[in-house]
Amino acid sequence: MGLLSDPNRRRALISLLTRLNAPICVVCYMAGVAWFMGLAFEPFTLRTYMSENAMGSTMVEERFPAGERALGTGREFSAHKKKAGGMPVDWLVKTMQSRGLEVFTQRFSRRLPFPDEDKERYMVKGTNVYGILRAPRAPRTEALVLSAPCSPGDDNNQAVGVLLGLAQYFRNQVFWAKDIIFLVNEHDLIGMQAWLEGYHHTNTTGMDWSPLQGRGGSIQAALSLELSSDVVTSLDLVLEGLNGQLPNLDLANLFYAFCQKIGVLCTTQGKLQRNDWDSVSGYSHAVQTMMLMVMKQASGRPWGDHGLFLRYHIEAATIKGINSFRQYKTDATTIGRLLEGMYRKLNNLLERLHQSYFFYLMPSLSHFVSIGYYMPAFGLLALILLLRALDLWIQLATPPPGVLSVLTPLVISHLTGVALYTLPIHFQEIAVEHFPVSETEAVVLTAIAVYTAGLALPHNTHRLLTGRGTENGWKVLKLVAVLYLAVLLGCTALINFSLGFILALTLVPVAAFVTPDLCSATPACTLLFSVFLFQELQEMPVSFLDGWMLYLSVISQGILDHALYGSLVYPLVALLVYPCWLLFWNILFWK
Amino acid sequence: IIFYIFSTLYFQLSFSPLVPQENAGQFFSSGHTNNWAVLVCTSRFWFNYRHVANTLSVYRSVKRLGIPDSHIVLMLADDMACNHRNPKPATVFSHKNMELNVYGDDVEVDYRGYEVTVENFLRVLTGRLPPSTPRSKRLLSDDRSNILIYLTGHGGNGFLKFQDSEEISNVELADAFEQMWQKRRYNELLFIIDTCQGASMYERFYSPNLMALASSQVGEDSLSHQPDLAIGVHLMDRYTFYLLEFLEDIHPSSKANMNDLFKVCPKSQCVSTPGHRTDLFLRDPGSALITDFFGSVRKVEITMETINLTEPIQQRQKETYSYVDQLPVSEIIHQKPKQKDWHPPDGFILGLWTLILLVFFKTYGMKHLKHIF
Repeated sequence: MGLLSDPNRRRALISLLTRLNAPICVVCYMAGVAWFMGLAFEPFTLRTYMSENAMGSTMVEERFPAGERALGTGREFSAHKKKAGGMPVDWLVKTMQSRGLEVFTQRFSRRLPFPDEDKERYMVKGTNVYGILRAPRAPRTEALVLSAPCSPGDDNNQAVGVLLGLAQYFRNQVFWAKDIIFLVNEHDLIGMQAWLEGYHHTNTTGMDWSPLQGRGGSIQAALSLELSSDVVTSLDLVLEGLNGQLPNLDLANLFYAFCQKIGVLCTTQGKLQRNDWDSVSGYSHAVQTMMLMVMKQASGRPWGDHGLFLRYHIEAATIKGINSFRQYKTDATTIGRLLEGMYRKLNNLLERLHQSYFFYLMPSLSHFVSIGYYMPAFGLLALILLLRALDLWIQLATPPPGVLSVLTPLVISHLTGVALYTLPIHFQEIAVEHFPVSETEAVVLTAIAVYTAGLALPHNTHRLLTGRGTENGWKVLKLVAVLYLAVLLGCTALINFSLGFILALTLVPVAAFVTPDLCSATPACTLLFSVFLFQELQEMPVSFLDGWMLYLSVISQGILDHALYGSLVYPLVALLVYPCWLLFWNILFWK
Repeated sequence: IIFYIFSTLYFQLSFSPLVPQENAGQFFSSGHTNNWAVLVCTSRFWFNYRHVANTLSVYRSVKRLGIPDSHIVLMLADDMACNHRNPKPATVFSHKNMELNVYGDDVEVDYRGYEVTVENFLRVLTGRLPPSTPRSKRLLSDDRSNILIYLTGHGGNGFLKFQDSEEISNVELADAFEQMWQKRRYNELLFIIDTCQGASMYERFYSPNLMALASSQVGEDSLSHQPDLAIGVHLMDRYTFYLLEFLEDIHPSSKANMNDLFKVCPKSQCVSTPGHRTDLFLRDPGSALITDFFGSVRKVEITMETINLTEPIQQRQKETYSYVDQLPVSEIIHQKPKQKDWHPPDGFILGLWTLILLVFFKTYGMKHLKHIF
């Protein structure tokens, strides 16, 4: 007889499962963590390579000559910016027109749900200015975008200068097969969101914007430039976008190939590449780089202006110029040449970038790990939940379980989740009236209050519970909760692997081993811990008090991101992870 | 001295056909009377610029050596000269630094863009075209035509890719040539192919009077020659580049023969190993001139005498046309594919079988072993 249909063998298998369940779970957990840490080990990674045939190798001749003139333009821009106290719209329009572009502007305004204390804005009004370089001989069906943000103060003036210099140089060439849109956006991400919504005729975030008068066709790729100094020592590539979405790896490959050709130092996550992968420090360096990427991806916020393009299936990345204390400096002409080379290669594209990976992790700029290699780490963690569910199912087999008893905790948990999602923003006025706090603090503190109130629920709802907790009642609840968590984490990991993995890493062990009377941690602790870890990885460790303030600002930024750009981390945590957690919390106090 | 001049003149005159009547028969039984060329580029897209440049450079040589546009069927799958990405519009260069523009201003493309398909190619070869097809798109060859067929593009073991959507296999090509032989559409045919693993395309030929050259053997890739950094693409493939250089030295009265052509692009220059096939060619390759295929050389001899062609030429025997002779059938049937090397089974297969056997024996116990052995 077969292995599973033979009753003897089945019983043996089942007894094996129930006897060794805990050890197998522990082994799986260790294996999952070890697999994840092993991803940064260089022999397990692959070298990056160009997958798109149309982009070929880097054989173009870059001839951009006017770096100094671009910096001069940047200085003019900064002077006009100071004079106008914001975006110098008229000067920009005039300059772009003199370079032969078709110039258009877009006005937008937005009232944030509560004041943003990090960037100090509440009522945001601004203008985007963009100029379109029409392809000389091609139909206007495809476009490429180069953008630079107009930041307050002294930031990013050189970026706008290089953008205008490149616009002038590109205008003189005849080989463009796609329109190139040069965009200067105000109020960084908010302006970019307004522009993208206007371009694609969608309105997902409730912003007010004037419709775009000029359009360029379907955007194939976009680059955002952030340059705040005349010379740079290295160029940093930022890939993580909204909801942890990443651009096609070919864009990173293109950047790396050109960096190597031109001889510019290039980094990712602000960390240089090292050659000594077999030493401990080299390996830990790679682990740090990868962990930084994982944390940034898990936060679900766009880490550069490019992050909002990804939602429209436009491959985009941000290039940041970094000026640190190093002898070898790269000037603006070289940066212009690098961008020119990249745009010439993107010009050769015939279809959207799709040949390379969309899901990957990069322990360094020249090596990557694809989804096929990193998913088993999560799979091992999810396996623990499934083994636990099997174990519970076997234990519950003899007295048939009643599902209805589970319904009440489920409903109450989800209602609490809905409360956590809606209350903080709606009740901020009331909170401000009664307590001496600012609106932002009110929102954050309301969120924490609702969260803690939810934790106190099980004590109170037990009185309401009909069908008093039988001895095995908690097992039914645990079975449902474990399966729910497994499905939830699985779906999250598919969309945003880093978020799913970090949640799994912290939630799964406790979820697996929770029984009445056993202590456990909460997702809030996960967040607190990750904040500290993130700061540690960036080599800017913080004291506890600063860490706590950072933690509060992270919560407020999460809520803002959801309201402004549609980030899904906050609703996911409030509406799904938190109720699921409350079910486990209920089990703790099952009496 | 005058006597000397007269004697040399007389001597020269004596080398012209002394008895023109007898030599007339020999004069007209030389083999072919007209030349045709079918030049095909099968790939489109900007990064395949080099295939168009390959085809155009062969077109240029063939035209220079005398074949007129009416006898050339040029098929280009994409328009590189007017591509939006071309920094030098209306040109296609074959040498870097833009030394040689093979596009020129008198290029006549017969099949362009999406018209270059396997079906159209085979119809051109076999002559089965709809009645409305113009003459410039037809291969109007007869049984005294020497045809040059040049193919370039992306290929593999046994196939050539047409425009990213279809392929022609070596079997189809061999059958098309057999149809041409049966319909007496060629006297001799030279087939040149410049693709990866090009030698696989002529493996299956079985019709007489075919000679084939390829840029690389099975398992080898044909490499491109040089990129031009201003244009941003590779301009030519290596084999055709050296073929072009070789052909630039050929002029209409050149006596270079096929053996010289076989030496074009040795492995040191081409990196791949060019191959050729002459077993189906009934003449000695050394007696076939380059201009027999690449040029349209008219045999003209000037004589001051009148020739009386009153008697029929005796050497031509009366032929009743029936099925054309082919190679012996046994040779066709036993055309075996090349012997592949025996590889030991993969470790994976071995491991899988070991696993299956282990599970089998574990489940059913070792006592069954003795039933097997």
